[in-house]
Amino acid sequence: MSRFRLPDEVRRGLRDVAPLLIGVAPFGLVAGAAAVDAGLTPLQAVGLSVVVFAGASQLAAIDLFGSNAELLVVVLTGVVINLRMLMYSASIAPHFRALRSAWKSLSAYVLTDQAYALSIARYTDAEAELDPRERRHYYIAVGFSLWAVWQCCTILGIVVGARVPDSWGLAFAVPLVFLSLLIPAITTKPKAIAALVGGSVAVAGDVFAVPLDLGLILGGLAGVAAGVVADALLATSTPKSDRGGGH
Amino acid sequence: MVAEYGPLGVWGAIVALGVLTFGIRSSFIHLFGRIESVPDRAMNALQFVPPAVFAALTVPAFVAPEGSIAVVGNERLLAGLVAAAVTWYLDDVFATIVAGMATLWILRFGF
Repeated sequence: MSRFRLPDEVRRGLRDVAPLLIGVAPFGLVAGAAAVDAGLTPLQAVGLSVVVFAGASQLAAIDLFGSNAELLVVVLTGVVINLRMLMYSASIAPHFRALRSAWKSLSAYVLTDQAYALSIARYTDAEAELDPRERRHYYIAVGFSLWAVWQCCTILGIVVGARVPDSWGLAFAVPLVFLSLLIPAITTKPKAIAALVGGSVAVAGDVFAVPLDLGLILGGLAGVAAGVVADALLATSTPKSDRGGGH
Repeated sequence: MVAEYGPLGVWGAIVALGVLTFGIRSSFIHLFGRIESVPDRAMNALQFVPPAVFAALTVPAFVAPEGSIAVVGNERLLAGLVAAAVTWYLDDVFATIVAGMATLWILRFGF
């Protein structure tokens, strides 16, 4: 065996993240292939993956670039999609309190759905009781494994995607990826209502040709509002209450 | 196509989205201690962002791929339904993409 031994929590993080890397790989391939398919240069496609490093918002941006949307709308749509990370940032912040500022920034840069989910589970595992250094080891191992696989798959997707004929409709892989994110995200009745309203408003936006491709943002906001209202109504409907629902 | 944006347009959007996304990610990580807690109501609303946004990204591409609702002869709707069934039973990104693309190609090329 080698004399150099990785810190325990780095090894643990690598072991935990391995199965998730297999799930991230096809998503990254699509991000690369769809970007060149939409007309981005290979450098812009890589730039998107490195600078933004948030798959769902990248794919939405690629889609909008491809349909010549206003650049401001491209950015706003991506921001709305990434707003969910506020939740992760708030939830994981207490565990990063002891980190130096540079480590905080680095950790923030690689904060993803997967890195958040694994790390918060590890940190709240009562048997683990990690010190701040171990927490950092675990998080960085998970976060940068995902980052490395994402970048490699983007590049592979760019190379492969550039060789696939247009008639294959490669861009269709983008909504398929979102579909595979959507279905596991519907875990409660209010979330199902949020999805139903979000999807319907977005379709209406397309059908009635809402200007500037704002249909997606409107759908997202309407869906969130519907989810909040449904949540409030369902919570208060069991004990009979005279409150008029959510605000 | 993207070429109509001019050389700096696409890069400008990439950098702007990157900076704002980093701002979202680092917000509480950097501010913790200065901001004690997140308003409960805001946190409660954020849990609905993924289902709402992912549905808004998915449904139009299947139901109205050309800008108007189409059911008859809509190969993408059928491919989307097959892919949805695969996601439901397997919960696997790769299998979902393969099932959806394969259905689209069979309907389109008929092999």
